[in-house]
Amino acid sequence: MTDALKVAATRAPLQRLSWRAGPSARFAAEFAASPVAVAALALALTLALLAIFANFITPQNPYDLAQLDIMEGMHPPGASNFDGSKTYHLGTDQQGRDMLSAIVFGLRMSLGVGALSTVIALTLGMSVGVLAAYFGGKVDAAIMRVVDLQLSFPAILVALILLAVLGKGVDKVIIALIIVQWAYYARTVRGTALVERRKEYIEAAACLALSHRRIVFRHLLPNCLPPLIVVATVQVANAIALEATLSFLGVGVPITEPSLGLLIANGYDYMLSGKYWISFFPGVALLVTIVAINLVGDQLRDILNPRLKR
Amino acid sequence: MTAVSPTLEVRDLETHFFTRDGVVEAVHGVSFQVGAGEVLGLVGESGSGKSVTGFSILGLVDQPGRIAGGQILFQGRDLVQLAEKERRKLRGSKIAMIFQDPMMTLNPVLRIDTQMTEAVRAHRDVSHARALEICREALVKVGIPAPDERLASYPHQFSGGMRQRVAIAIAFLNEPALIIADEPTTALDVTIQGQILHEAQTLCRETGTAMIWITHDLAVVAGLADHICVMYAGRIVEQGPIDAVLDRPAHPYTVGLIGSVPSRNRRGGRLFQIPGMTPSLLNLAAGCAFRNRCPRATAACLEEPPVRAASHGRQVRCVHPHDGPLEEVLS
Amino acid sequence: MLVYLLRRLGQSLFVVAAMAVLVFVGVYAIGNPIDIMISPDAGQAEMEAAIARLGLDKPMWEQFFIFIQNALQGDLGRSFVYSTDALGLILSKLPATLELAFLALLFAVFLGVPLGMIAGLKPNSIAGKTIMAGSIMGFSLPNFWQGMMLILLFAVIFKVLPSGGRGDTVQVFGVGLSFLTLDGLSHMLLPAVNLALFKTSLVIRLARAGTREASLQDYVKFARAKGLAPRRIVLVHILKNILIPVVTVLGLELGNMIAFAVVTETVFAWPGMGKLLIDSIQLLDRPVVVAYLMLTVIMFIIINLAVDMLYCVLDPRVRLSEARA
Repeated sequence: MTDALKVAATRAPLQRLSWRAGPSARFAAEFAASPVAVAALALALTLALLAIFANFITPQNPYDLAQLDIMEGMHPPGASNFDGSKTYHLGTDQQGRDMLSAIVFGLRMSLGVGALSTVIALTLGMSVGVLAAYFGGKVDAAIMRVVDLQLSFPAILVALILLAVLGKGVDKVIIALIIVQWAYYARTVRGTALVERRKEYIEAAACLALSHRRIVFRHLLPNCLPPLIVVATVQVANAIALEATLSFLGVGVPITEPSLGLLIANGYDYMLSGKYWISFFPGVALLVTIVAINLVGDQLRDILNPRLKR
Repeated sequence: MTAVSPTLEVRDLETHFFTRDGVVEAVHGVSFQVGAGEVLGLVGESGSGKSVTGFSILGLVDQPGRIAGGQILFQGRDLVQLAEKERRKLRGSKIAMIFQDPMMTLNPVLRIDTQMTEAVRAHRDVSHARALEICREALVKVGIPAPDERLASYPHQFSGGMRQRVAIAIAFLNEPALIIADEPTTALDVTIQGQILHEAQTLCRETGTAMIWITHDLAVVAGLADHICVMYAGRIVEQGPIDAVLDRPAHPYTVGLIGSVPSRNRRGGRLFQIPGMTPSLLNLAAGCAFRNRCPRATAACLEEPPVRAASHGRQVRCVHPHDGPLEEVLS
Repeated sequence: MLVYLLRRLGQSLFVVAAMAVLVFVGVYAIGNPIDIMISPDAGQAEMEAAIARLGLDKPMWEQFFIFIQNALQGDLGRSFVYSTDALGLILSKLPATLELAFLALLFAVFLGVPLGMIAGLKPNSIAGKTIMAGSIMGFSLPNFWQGMMLILLFAVIFKVLPSGGRGDTVQVFGVGLSFLTLDGLSHMLLPAVNLALFKTSLVIRLARAGTREASLQDYVKFARAKGLAPRRIVLVHILKNILIPVVTVLGLELGNMIAFAVVTETVFAWPGMGKLLIDSIQLLDRPVVVAYLMLTVIMFIIINLAVDMLYCVLDPRVRLSEARA
């Protein structure tokens, strides 16, 4: 890669994100250099589509109690129902719920909670971090003190305590995940913004007497995005894993709207008697989702981080 | 050079780097020899292959590089053919090396005594106490005060010059027959440079150790070496006794090199400048590597010039060598 | 050095105080334990007696004052459920968690460092690539599911290891320890592997990056020029350099492990403080939750301090610069 390209890749995130032909094509080409990453991206997108269109593609709506028959409970994978009209490819749980359908709906819950909390936490952390860097001084010191304090405790512990206080519920889980995550973004953005702030284009903007708001959000922030994108991708995977863990521990989403983590927890008791499928398949789905997102994140990091470039 | 066989004789050495983009001939057809107690100056710009030559002798060329041909005869044995285990026995005992940056050559997390005694005990079956004693003596020899205290210190507690003395002490620990010094004074202050040069020279003369002094600085070599090899683009373009080469440079590159050193007797005059840049060694075109920058180049230079003997014991790899004293050649 | 330590200590005390306020406000201000603690059939008088006994009728600031005063005396309240001293209850579960965390830490170091070094020394070999692929899996595998699969595999299918519980313990200074009995060890094995997996992946990555960096350094080449055996170069020159980041991160991760033990202990029904925390959260046993939190905060601070010390011992450069600071 020539130096000019390198500079373009690191200094012009705006153009790339706005999907103009030149830089974005180059970005796509760089990403495609790793077939594993491309496969992972395809997989992640497929999973997302499955989740979005869950209602239309699953054989059964697992939340509709009218469609459930307790007599069809605990079928092993591949078994058929009483009249042989349906096949449960991944078996059924104790309530006669088709595991395949439950997994797709669980995936929707997991991805939804993960993505939504990440987007909100990203927005929040990004704003706080860039403000801290731009204003510096006491504002910066105060914000970073809070960030450091929070980051010195493991995310799972913070989330557990929050949910112990807030109680159960999808909204509560999302709030907990936002609170857990924002500090990462704040720290990442602040680090980048501190470097960017000293560059000439910010000085130029200040010389034009633009408002603080305009400088921060239109000039400074967009140029801090690349490292943030990497962190955000990895964080979506972390958020999904964390939500699954919390749900498994029984402090996450309610039993009426199970995520993958809760599905796994439901199968825990049956697993000891050898009825593995209730826990096993949701776990595989969870694992595949997380691996796919992490692989995409790895490749993004390689592309967007000029320091790692050779 | 005296009649007895030299300590080291390198014949037609080829060290190539097999990179993804092609083969880099970092060292090409290099031949020279050093006798006991002699100092050979290996001079060239960065990237000319002088360091790789040094590492080739030690057998420490990193992947993707390897020795692709030639012989390295050390005390009559060909190092190229030697098994790695045998070569390791020679490294640090018979052949030692001093590196360029003393800040980087000592392991920051190990104490000096550890780093010194391990070098002794890797080659000699002696007790730890005896090894410490040897190390102490070596430190005294290179002029380090309070050696006992120094042995128990970590590298970061030393100045750059002190660290290089330690590195030199380590190199001389096992009384080697050959020392390869890879720009050991470049990273040091000028005053320290002089001291280090003096110490290294004295040690060599005293112990009869042969030395290859790699540098880009002609001034350093001028006061130190007996013989000089000038390298350019992986080849030795000129070699010979130091005075002969410096006073009557034959190769246009040597002339340019000498001419670009600010010198007292040409004060006020224009400094000579070699036009152009060093070529990339990757897939270098055939012919003389210097021809694109050479004022004397002709069509004959499109073919690789052979090594020719010139007057005053010099050897030149050039079709159109100069012949005459420096002043005449430069004007 | 002393100044530095005192400053660190001051910061730590501030953190403890801040956490005390946060924890109290968070846990005591929201939620209603009366619903959980007293059966719905209980009469008014009975309920009031219970409220008075638990101090829940007092104003919030007074509750906080009592809380702080008691905390300083080591009294972090009484468990609603067990009717015993909350701190004592947690401390009685602490050895089980600690022995699990330490065993997991041992696994992480003694598996992670060698594997990471192999991957770092031979990044393009099959072994190196396999190790790195494994570490990516280790990062991605959800901890609890991996634990369940361990149970499924070793306890249900092969029936070679127990699925949960702590097994036989030996009393040492009045503390029950599992790792001294064979039965106890067999109970510890799966949970420790489960807890270690993520850390092992982390250590592999650290060790690999460190090895790759160190092996490019001049001092490694100089060590080779000294004629040292490759073994000595790897085991002394490189290893000592990569131990610095590994120890730092692992020290910090010990705290993380104690937190993550919550998951492992739940999966393997290991009677440690993590499982106690989950049970207490489910039962709204707030004093136990609060005591757990305060204890963890203090533990984290101690661990962080200890890591800093260890760092000084390992890296002579830090020792000097810190002494100057």
